[in-house]
Amino acid sequence: MRLLPPVSVEWNRLAPSRWSGTWLSPWDIAAALLVVGFVVLFALVSRNLVSPLASLPAEPSSLDPRLLPEYALRTSLRMLIAMGVSLLFTFTYATWAAKSPRMGPLLIALLDILQSVPILGFISITVVFFLSLTPGRMFGAELAAVFAIFTSQAWNMAFSFYQSLRTVPDELTEAGRVFGLSAWARFWRIETPFAMPSLIWNMMMSMSGGWFFVVAAEAISVGHTTIALPGIGSYIALAITERDMDAILWAIGAMLVVILIYDQLLFRPLVAWARRFRIDQQEGDDEPAPPWALLVLRRSKLMDRLALPFQTAMRWSYRQKPPALATPLPQGPSRRIASDVLWYGLLAVAAAAALWQGWLFFGHEISWHELQEVLLLAFFTFLRVAVLIALASAVWTPIGIYVGLRPRLTAIVQPIAQFLAAFPANLLFPVAVSLIVAFQLNPDIWLSPLMILGTQWYILFNVIAGASAIPRDFRDVAAGFQVRGLQWWRRIALPAVFPYYITGAITASGGSWNASIVAEIANWGDRTLEARGLGAYIADATTKGDYAHIALGIVVMAVVVTLVNRAFWRPLFRYAERKYRLA
Amino acid sequence: MRENTVLDVRHLRRAFPRPGGGELLVLDDVNLTLHKGEIVGLLGRSGSGKSTLLRLISGLAEPQGGEITYLGQKIDGPPAGIAMVFQGFALLPWLTVFENVQLGLEAQHIPAKEARARTLAAIDLIGLDGYESAYPRELSGGMRQRVGFARAMVVNPNILLMDEPFSALDVLTAENLRTDFLELWAEGQLPIQCVILVTHNIEEAVLMCDRVLLFSTNPGRVTGEIRIDLPHPRNRNDPRFGDLVDRIYVEMTAGRIARAEQQRAGLRAGIGMLLPRVSSNLISGLLETVAAEPFNGTADLPDIASDLQMEIDELFPVAETLELLRFARLEGGDIVLTEAGKRFAEAELDERKRMFRRRLLVHVPLAVLISRVLDERETHSAPKRRFLDELEDHMTPDAAEDTLRALIGWARFGELFAYDDETGMLSLENPS
Repeated sequence: MRLLPPVSVEWNRLAPSRWSGTWLSPWDIAAALLVVGFVVLFALVSRNLVSPLASLPAEPSSLDPRLLPEYALRTSLRMLIAMGVSLLFTFTYATWAAKSPRMGPLLIALLDILQSVPILGFISITVVFFLSLTPGRMFGAELAAVFAIFTSQAWNMAFSFYQSLRTVPDELTEAGRVFGLSAWARFWRIETPFAMPSLIWNMMMSMSGGWFFVVAAEAISVGHTTIALPGIGSYIALAITERDMDAILWAIGAMLVVILIYDQLLFRPLVAWARRFRIDQQEGDDEPAPPWALLVLRRSKLMDRLALPFQTAMRWSYRQKPPALATPLPQGPSRRIASDVLWYGLLAVAAAAALWQGWLFFGHEISWHELQEVLLLAFFTFLRVAVLIALASAVWTPIGIYVGLRPRLTAIVQPIAQFLAAFPANLLFPVAVSLIVAFQLNPDIWLSPLMILGTQWYILFNVIAGASAIPRDFRDVAAGFQVRGLQWWRRIALPAVFPYYITGAITASGGSWNASIVAEIANWGDRTLEARGLGAYIADATTKGDYAHIALGIVVMAVVVTLVNRAFWRPLFRYAERKYRLA
Repeated sequence: MRENTVLDVRHLRRAFPRPGGGELLVLDDVNLTLHKGEIVGLLGRSGSGKSTLLRLISGLAEPQGGEITYLGQKIDGPPAGIAMVFQGFALLPWLTVFENVQLGLEAQHIPAKEARARTLAAIDLIGLDGYESAYPRELSGGMRQRVGFARAMVVNPNILLMDEPFSALDVLTAENLRTDFLELWAEGQLPIQCVILVTHNIEEAVLMCDRVLLFSTNPGRVTGEIRIDLPHPRNRNDPRFGDLVDRIYVEMTAGRIARAEQQRAGLRAGIGMLLPRVSSNLISGLLETVAAEPFNGTADLPDIASDLQMEIDELFPVAETLELLRFARLEGGDIVLTEAGKRFAEAELDERKRMFRRRLLVHVPLAVLISRVLDERETHSAPKRRFLDELEDHMTPDAAEDTLRALIGWARFGELFAYDDETGMLSLENPS
């Protein structure tokens, strides 16, 4: 299996921008305030809505494995729909951000903050709202689940698309304009194809992320509101409550099958198809044999027939004259200044309103003492993430280098690592909880590894990719000058994989923060183990339906994650790109 | 205005606002009239704004002053009837040859059947028959640029704009493509009225154009016009061909020298001088070549350019640097070594470094400034930013970065000062 280069997902976010020199731009502060405002708003709305339903008709109550195919189908449909919504979001939001000089910086700062908001936090504060949209019916719950999955998929896709739009080669855009393509036609014929390879890679990553949170998205429980939508996720939740080990194994099997089917039927063909959009490709690049699914699609006439009306419609749309909006009237300087003043004024007012609202909300509910307590919990979680990332790096970097230098081994290990990254950690909770109980271990320490269970693989497969990209020349030089042992690691192997490692570590760190909400509290039947940390705090507040504390937890986590990214990962990433990236 | 005028450019000005206020001129007072049936060349170094001019004509950018009229109408936005061939081909890698060529027709209201016929005809005309279903990545550079030509031809443009269309190709392929193009042009087979060719290759200009406009750099101005009346097909060995090439070299170096004198006398003298990024190897190499047989200290620029396979974009910066450091003089299309230049060519490495260092301190005001600052500071070091800020009062941030980089390269060779890229610090200390 040939993998796409790990066009780092993080690169999209950390690549130099206009504010590359600044640590926190005014846009970041405005965006952060707006996000706080939204969180508080949703928390307020949720609290005031009467809990609309206690239970739903289709709740799974049986752990019969024969139900699993249907559940698997429902779960994958939910994920597909969420993926569709994410794509829609990507095409609109990212395009707006890339094309509008005025909105762009704010939208991007907003995206960066949203990416730091824990995914389960989104669920906690929005689920009641979604349920109230269609009281008493399944539809609202489905909406909530899809929204939850959407929040685990959309941000990095939007980042990647935005980054691609900003880096379309000038000559291609110019060619489009000289030959009379409208903005609409340029978008679909030039910009979107150009963005496609990295978008597809990000879609794959997003799908993994979606699986990781599938249990949380289908079995939602906030205060008195409990929902379990038929699906693999809620099946797992039920199996954990009922301490049914067989059912857990069945669920693992089902999930394996679904992930494999996705891989074979969707992502392999997509990746192979997307190769044609790579702009740097030369003939003679070793092109792997196209996967069977793509061959079948290409050779069958059916696909052509299905695509024909769509293609015709698109072709027709390219020929339409752009609406008058597309050619804005040149504005006089005075008008521009006036509208600038208006825009910045509005933004300042909105940010101030969010600040005021947050002040009122938190000021009422949260004491200083409690804030200090939450910050302390955040520090505990931070310590866990830091120690775990350090440990995982120490373990997986040498292994990754060893594997990456051996092509045959790489071919075996790489897909397994990628699969493991998609694997929801909840499935291993039963094992973990049983072990901790059996040996009477301290949960503060021994629950921690669960946080990195799913995310450590990002380090491994990025390092593997880095090591396999070490040029032949370097290895020959090392051999020729007898560079061995410690010197070889220090001078050749570690520097060569460093940028890749950083990419993996950043992804792993972000993922671990997210996972803390799931991992700092583990259930197995009626046994509940809890570690002291911000994740457990949010999870507890969610169980109690205590919106003020949910909101506080979310805001603190988002702020801490953003600050860690800005203060630590971003400078490190830039340094790695500048010094160690082989052009 | 004459009957067959297709395009008229009057007093064109293009400028960018400078960060600290004021503006930077890219193009200044450019005039150009294009008639039916002619190929006009725009010849100049990079940074002379000729590509910018092309983008203004094609409606991709807007001028800050003056105007462009195309068939009597002012240009705003890309007009129909002007097509472009790009230096980097600008083909869409996800479309086949056929689809790439058809691109421009799709945007117009052309019935599918007619579009297909015209596309096939253009592919045929440009010699791409049989490649219709190939993807650009499967083609060689030459074939790719043919696709670029076919894509431009298929819309039957009145004006074909060519932005250094052959510069990304190897010598043989470029020659083959030029000849094919000229043949079709001479036979009247091409559906175009006139051509503007941007190039920095003097021989290419003489081979293809009816008129050549010479551009100066910073800002771009038209400094001269040379008419080329040789009949097609033109022969590079024709003495008249060689004379024209010589004449262009003379004019281009003469214009440059006059401007340099102006600069020295005027306000822009001092650290505002743009320095080209030329490596010390090239400087030594050119000095050695000119000093040796058969040149013996005096070389004809066209000769040496063809001997070394260098285009003016590569050769002129080196020659200018030699002149700046008084290692050579440029006179009437020749490069003549000074006494110092000859000594340098014969010297050993250490002596060369010494000479180089001394000359930097005499002739390059920025080098003087930096050494003085480093000397005066107690730490003998200063951040790069400090000097960039000062340079940016005189030039764009990009040019400032280039200029400082050029000087850092020279200073390293002359061991004048050191630079640490990690910390961005210039210092007098060398690693011991």
